[in-house]
Amino acid sequence: MPEPVLSLGDLQVRFRSNRHVLRAVDGVGFDLMAGQTLGLVGESGCGKSVTSLAIMRLLPTPPAEIAGGRIIFEGKDLLQLSERRMRQLRGGRIGMIFQEPMTSLNPVYTCGDQIIESLRRHSGLSGKPARDRAIELLDLVGLPSPERRVDDYPHQLSGGQRQRVMIALALANDPAVLIADEPTTALDVTIQSQILDLLRELQERTGTAILMITHDLGVVAETCQAVAVMYAGTVVERGEVGALFADPQHPYTIGLMAAVPRMDTDRGRLVAIPGSVPPPWQPIAGCRFASRCPLADDRCRRDRPPLDAIAPGHEVACWKAPIDGDRP
Amino acid sequence: MIETILNRIVVSVPVLFGVLFLGFALVQLAPGDPARVQAGPTAPPEVVERIRQEMGLDQPVIVQFGKYMERLAQGDLGRSLISNKTVTSELAAAIVPTIELMFASLIWSIPLGIAMGTLAAVWRGSLLDRIIMAISVAGVSLPIFFICLLLIQLLGVKYPVFPFIGRGGPIWTAEGLRHLVLPALSLGLIFIGPVSRMTRSSVLEVLRLDHVRTARAKGLTEPQVILRHGLRNALIPVVTLVGLQIGYLLGGAVVTETIFSYPGIGRLAVGAILSSDFPLAQGTILVLALGFILVNLIVDILYARLDPRVQKK
Ligand SMILES: Nc1ncnc2c1ncn2[C@@H]1O[C@H](COP(=O)(O)OP(=O)(O)OP(=O)(O)O)[C@@H](O)[C@H]1O
Ligand SMILES: [Mg+2]
Repeated sequence: MPEPVLSLGDLQVRFRSNRHVLRAVDGVGFDLMAGQTLGLVGESGCGKSVTSLAIMRLLPTPPAEIAGGRIIFEGKDLLQLSERRMRQLRGGRIGMIFQEPMTSLNPVYTCGDQIIESLRRHSGLSGKPARDRAIELLDLVGLPSPERRVDDYPHQLSGGQRQRVMIALALANDPAVLIADEPTTALDVTIQSQILDLLRELQERTGTAILMITHDLGVVAETCQAVAVMYAGTVVERGEVGALFADPQHPYTIGLMAAVPRMDTDRGRLVAIPGSVPPPWQPIAGCRFASRCPLADDRCRRDRPPLDAIAPGHEVACWKAPIDGDRP
Repeated sequence: MIETILNRIVVSVPVLFGVLFLGFALVQLAPGDPARVQAGPTAPPEVVERIRQEMGLDQPVIVQFGKYMERLAQGDLGRSLISNKTVTSELAAAIVPTIELMFASLIWSIPLGIAMGTLAAVWRGSLLDRIIMAISVAGVSLPIFFICLLLIQLLGVKYPVFPFIGRGGPIWTAEGLRHLVLPALSLGLIFIGPVSRMTRSSVLEVLRLDHVRTARAKGLTEPQVILRHGLRNALIPVVTLVGLQIGYLLGGAVVTETIFSYPGIGRLAVGAILSSDFPLAQGTILVLALGFILVNLIVDILYARLDPRVQKK
């Protein structure tokens, strides 16, 4: 029985502006098992990046405010840790790669120096051993001729190569968890699959658990063991990838699956569901998906459905579940 | 890098030529008669006329300029009409004090301006930010002569802490330093405003960039993030600004040296122009132009060192 290495419970994140309070994340929870990959999927703006930054405690406060919930990492609640302890985890036990490979590295330092900076901070390496380790990491992420590339500046590398450097940086200190916030969205399709292959291969080698944030169900199917589907700041369905893909229960998930297009069209731009996401500053009593749901009735609009197990390892937040055979 | 420097030098030649010609023409236009200066106030008109012909002042400006350039090419800048010393020796005596003044002005004002701008950016919107910005606006809007007079009045006359006339000796002597304090304070103050404002906006901009988030995600402390990944990147536009501002600094040096009777190039230039001492005036213009070109060269080199994206082109 694998243990969860990272476990979120009922996370609440709000952004305060003078006009309104925006509930960007409103009750997100999931368990990331050691050595596994969990996909966090949902359309643009549903709060995926905010969730990942909340785990790192890197949200700008203010305007952000973590209004409730737990983030348990290796038995400790990150929300209770001092800033000092949190800094030891960032880049150490928890690594993160970002959505924008072109701008996530500092243009004025060499790739090697940026990795070495992290090694010095967490592993106490410096001088030649640090440089050797940086080269080893660049080799590990498949950068060609790493002993030369280590002295390259980011602008001398392509987008895919920069993302490899970012991965090397995030893995520098053997993290237990790697948060990958849409690591391939900004890259073109062939590079995308190379990076995904690399992440899978690295996971096999290092045993790092990966939180794979994406809006692309194809990516989930390729890389994840478990998945949590987010809609407008909440998790509407979660479970093992096999079970959830075989028998999606939430109308939103079902819509997402229908929206996964064939190979030839724009992958996973979840546009096929009619209607639009309610503005996040609007308080909603019932199910957040009700306004777009073909099955919604009065109860859906009135009461919020809890996440309930529908089968072992498969939970859904929908009053209408289980939905059988005939899909909406 | 060497290539860039050589390139710069080649480009500078026509600039230097143009500045010299403009300076030459302007000095000609200025009121005053060098021949009369040379002959002395009591000389009869026919003597003045003879001297004018000897000096070649009766010829067209362009011919005079040609002759001047010819002599310049041989390293001959002529003699001062007033002191009769060679212009080269006059310039040599004035250049060290001016370099000392520049150095003493920049050595404190640029770091202070950068520090103020960074603090204001990190605590933007705070009282500290507002105070710093108020100081820098004052620094930008007060004319340099006013700052000089204010400092003299305050620290020279009311509380006579520092001398405010002349130079006390080389910069490494106590007297030399004491005499430098007020001029260097005045001249440096004009840098505080632009440098701190530019640093503030540049740091603010950089701190919003993605790579700063990466730095935080590495577990660096906030000072490390701000200095290594914020300020370090933000310095690139600041260096450019400083380069552009050096022109003002040279202009400011003329005013400052004159007010403090400080024997540098600036005061030499003003004196020469006011007394129609053509050769000397032209010599100071040459030195100032060379100084400007040299400073810009240094700025270019610094810029390339700060921004690796520049070097490769
Ligand atoms: N600094 C901020 N201030 C105010 N609101 C914010 C801030 N950052 C994010 N938000 C809001 O939080 C919500 C969730 O944003 P988030 O970036 O997490 O979306 P996402 O799921 O990552 O989308 P994408 O797929 O486009 O990356 C959005 O409505 C966004 O406007
Ligand atoms: Mg995002």
